[in-house]
Amino acid sequence: MAEAQSPPAPGRSILTSFSTQAARPLVVLGELSIFFAHSLSAVFRPPYRVAAFFYQLDFMAFGSLFVVGLTGLFTGMVLALQTIYAFGLFNAQSLVGATVELSLSRELAPIFTSIVVVARVGSAVATELGTMRVTEQIDALETMAVDPFNYLVVPRILAAAIATPLLTMLFNAIGLTGAYGVAVLLRDLHPSTFLNRLEYLVDLKDITEGLGKACVIGFVVILIAAYRGYSAKGGARGVGIATTQAVVGGLIAIFAIDYIYTAISLANPAGRGGGLGG
Amino acid sequence: MSAPQPMIEIRDLHKGFGGQPVLEGVNLRMMPGTTTVILGGSGSGKTVLMKHIIGLLKPDRGHVIVDGTDVTELGRRELNEFRQRMGMVFQGAALFDSMTVGDNVAFALREHTNLSEEEIQKRVRDKLGVVSLFDVEHKFPAELSGGMRKRVGLARAIVRDPKIVLYDEPTTGLDPITTENVDEMIITARQKLGVTSVVISHDIGSSFHIGDHIAMLYQGRIVEEGPPARMRKSEEPHTREFLATWFGRA
Repeated sequence: MAEAQSPPAPGRSILTSFSTQAARPLVVLGELSIFFAHSLSAVFRPPYRVAAFFYQLDFMAFGSLFVVGLTGLFTGMVLALQTIYAFGLFNAQSLVGATVELSLSRELAPIFTSIVVVARVGSAVATELGTMRVTEQIDALETMAVDPFNYLVVPRILAAAIATPLLTMLFNAIGLTGAYGVAVLLRDLHPSTFLNRLEYLVDLKDITEGLGKACVIGFVVILIAAYRGYSAKGGARGVGIATTQAVVGGLIAIFAIDYIYTAISLANPAGRGGGLGG
Repeated sequence: MSAPQPMIEIRDLHKGFGGQPVLEGVNLRMMPGTTTVILGGSGSGKTVLMKHIIGLLKPDRGHVIVDGTDVTELGRRELNEFRQRMGMVFQGAALFDSMTVGDNVAFALREHTNLSEEEIQKRVRDKLGVVSLFDVEHKFPAELSGGMRKRVGLARAIVRDPKIVLYDEPTTGLDPITTENVDEMIITARQKLGVTSVVISHDIGSSFHIGDHIAMLYQGRIVEEGPPARMRKSEEPHTREFLATWFGRA
């Protein structure tokens, strides 16, 4: 007599579901790595889509000027208020200018700019590619012998790698101007007090490291957005899910890369001049 | 005298996804200049089969030979060259919604040829004329009806005079009059351009109207094939059951 098949243990399906869920981030990382490899190989493959690159650069950089400028202005202003208050506790207001600029150039400008890029550009990239995927426009490109990586992904990730540091520079400049305005005009700090220490304590390296960080983060977050859009499934709901995943993944990537990049750049601080006594 | 060579030959094609078989040994030959309709219900593997013909999917086993070339053995570059000999009309037309109708039809010409803009515009007008569309070059796809979008999709597919045109469920979701128009468009494209057409569909009425050869796909296999007149009298149980949903009511 055939043995009756015993029902699965009650905990097994939960365990299987848990292990599947636990493995999901690894699967996503693997797929993202393959997507990155495809994108990278497409960067060096003709045709080189210069017009599409500049179109994306215009959308990402020029289109984000207002929101990045406004964010930078308020960030610089509030940073000045907080720093003046904190340094006022031990009478060290002369360090306000330098502290504001160090905070802006090393951390706040690249990170806040990247958050704006994820929110404004990453969501747009994921939605656009996701819609193209679910309406078979990407399949149509392939059937017309056009490589979708070359046509859609490469101009976007390269434009993001250029646009994000450009916007970070703008954030830096407007943020510092806002901080100067608050410190000098509203809190009666002498202009030379604000500027003198800044000149001593802020190195060019502080600014270039922030820009380098912005370049890497901009590239990665738009790569993630493109991957999510490119892999979208189903209809409108699938596109919505892809967009959410792009923004959430982009935000996580910003803070993870921020830590790794900063840890590496500070591991060897040789060459840095200045210091309080400088 | 040697027998005519098929334009498309599918040999023992197998494909599965996640351990689930979809195609289980498909064999089919499509002759030049004819319209072959692959009929089948939802989930029978029609779209998967079509994606193998144009090289969007690689089979687990088997061969797809198109115009003397084994598609399954082509690399990325060869595949792109091969695809330039084919056109595909998608179920939802798949027009680029950020481009005008004219730019959609001109897309492949601008990508793959060095024709002057004047010559490109002339060809765009010619191909839109083949599908009876005039003065729509500057409109966007969102401004067109479903039937008109399908026609633009065909004009885009035939703009480089391909030898083969694939149609993915061309009449799904269309009203009877638009369905009739799309059917006429497929017949006209074959008559005027001499292309080999492959249509996948579950629209029985339309399939018998446009098809020279009909193949019935059921659970990943071609269970029967032949000219429409013979298929209509089929004794094969799955074909009979499928066709009865239409002819049984007629």
